[in-house]
Amino acid sequence: MMLTNRSKQVVQKELTLAEQLYFPAILKGMLITLSHIFRKTPTVRYPEQKREIAPVYRGQHVLKRDEAGAERCTACGLCAVACPAEAITMEAGERKKGEEGLYREEKYAAVYEINMLRCIFCGLCEEACPKEAIFLTDRIVPSSFTRGEEIFGKDKLVEPADQRVDVSKRQTKAVLDFKQDKRHYHNQTHSDRLLSR
Amino acid sequence: MDPIILYKIILAVVVFAVSLGVAAYMTWGERKLAAILQDRVGPDRAGPLGLLQPIADGLKMIFKEEFIPAQSNKWLFILGPSFFMLTACMTGAVVPWGSGLEIGGLYYPMQVTDINIGLLYLLGVVSIGVYGIMIGGWASNNKYAMLGALRASSQMISYEIAMGLSLIALVMTTGTLSLAEIARQQDEGLAYVVYQPLGFLIFLICAFAETNRAPFDLPESESELVGGFHTEYSSMKLGFFLFAEYINMFISSAVMATLYFGGYNFPFQHELGLEGNTLAIVQAVVLLLKIFIFIFIFMWVRWTLPRFRYDQLMNLGWKVLLPLALANIFITGLVMYFTGKLA
Repeated sequence: MMLTNRSKQVVQKELTLAEQLYFPAILKGMLITLSHIFRKTPTVRYPEQKREIAPVYRGQHVLKRDEAGAERCTACGLCAVACPAEAITMEAGERKKGEEGLYREEKYAAVYEINMLRCIFCGLCEEACPKEAIFLTDRIVPSSFTRGEEIFGKDKLVEPADQRVDVSKRQTKAVLDFKQDKRHYHNQTHSDRLLSR
Repeated sequence: MDPIILYKIILAVVVFAVSLGVAAYMTWGERKLAAILQDRVGPDRAGPLGLLQPIADGLKMIFKEEFIPAQSNKWLFILGPSFFMLTACMTGAVVPWGSGLEIGGLYYPMQVTDINIGLLYLLGVVSIGVYGIMIGGWASNNKYAMLGALRASSQMISYEIAMGLSLIALVMTTGTLSLAEIARQQDEGLAYVVYQPLGFLIFLICAFAETNRAPFDLPESESELVGGFHTEYSSMKLGFFLFAEYINMFISSAVMATLYFGGYNFPFQHELGLEGNTLAIVQAVVLLLKIFIFIFIFMWVRWTLPRFRYDQLMNLGWKVLLPLALANIFITGLVMYFTGKLA
């Protein structure tokens, strides 16, 4: 069976005198290595050069704020349930009076952590989120010297109010429509399901 | 102080510093060339083009833990790398780096010492060099180091004979053992590689073996002997072993350039209108260029050819190079007899 057309039949015959001298073979090998001097290296020198990535690249997560600047996450835990790597943990908190500008709904994530060493960047958290709060972005997670630094808390995940992270590439209209399509079971609320019975 | 003695001391220090500097940057060149030949980038983080890499490597070596195995012979363990380094640095003394400088009416030859047995001195010092490896490997009290030391000694002995015999044919042609005189003769005539192509080839192969470079790096063979003779070494003692290898490469390149490729001479050097001191300095630069070409060949071969098996190494040394070297002497003698150029 031939898997590739590069296989060669091995013959064990006596070497001819020219072959026994080895010099033609050595010279051939030397010329092969020499030819590599003039080849381009495929290396990407990372921090200075960056590999071109897709516009819908799944990189470091962002926790979005709404138009008024309040955090969208309500700590429902659907992302943590959806996460196949169990990278997400959170603790819910109750919104106090006067915090309406900070949190969109009465419940919010007091602690929200993603372990970037566990995360496989599949994007299921984003798909599970009913509040459009978590998105994967085209930012690459920076490396660190300790494992602890790779557990990203809210300080690194929530977008600053004055530096919004653009997720319009991933949050297109088609995606939004799909998420709101009531024909899909997972998009139906309890009352929707009661009505359709 | 006598100006000539002062000059010799300065020149010796300069030659020493240049050998060390070139050897340091050869480590950089080796890594860079290896990378280029393998379509990689190589060191480029420390300084522009990674040029500060040798300094970083040296500092790293110095700051590493100095470890001496408990079962080793401490005195010999330290002697090994020191000896290897010493012999590596000694060979640079007889290489003529240029014709000569004229300062204040005095003539200063650009050679630390022009002893009339220069070639014998070279061979002698080079063969003492193996003691460094042997003592170091043996004193480590480690079987890998022991095997590496054994291989180093047997390899050195096998290839020194062919090397010496290829030089005898050269000495028959030149009629002198002084390197300065050999370089001067190549100014008047052609480079000796024209008269001794086979001798040069044998010398080149033996030089690879003597400097423990691939494809003859059996004493080290990191893939089978875990570093061979320097398995147990750490810190700057390991650095000395590695560094001395590069100095050896530099010096053997200088010797090959001097003996077979005209030394510091270059074609049409007297027609360019260069005089005295300027010419001498240009000659030194030309010699360095020739050396760099040889160093390039050393590295190019290393990243092309795989290591010899031990029996192949011995076969090549005793059954191929030795008869060829003897035949070379015989042919040289015949040619000299029939052309009437008996010295």
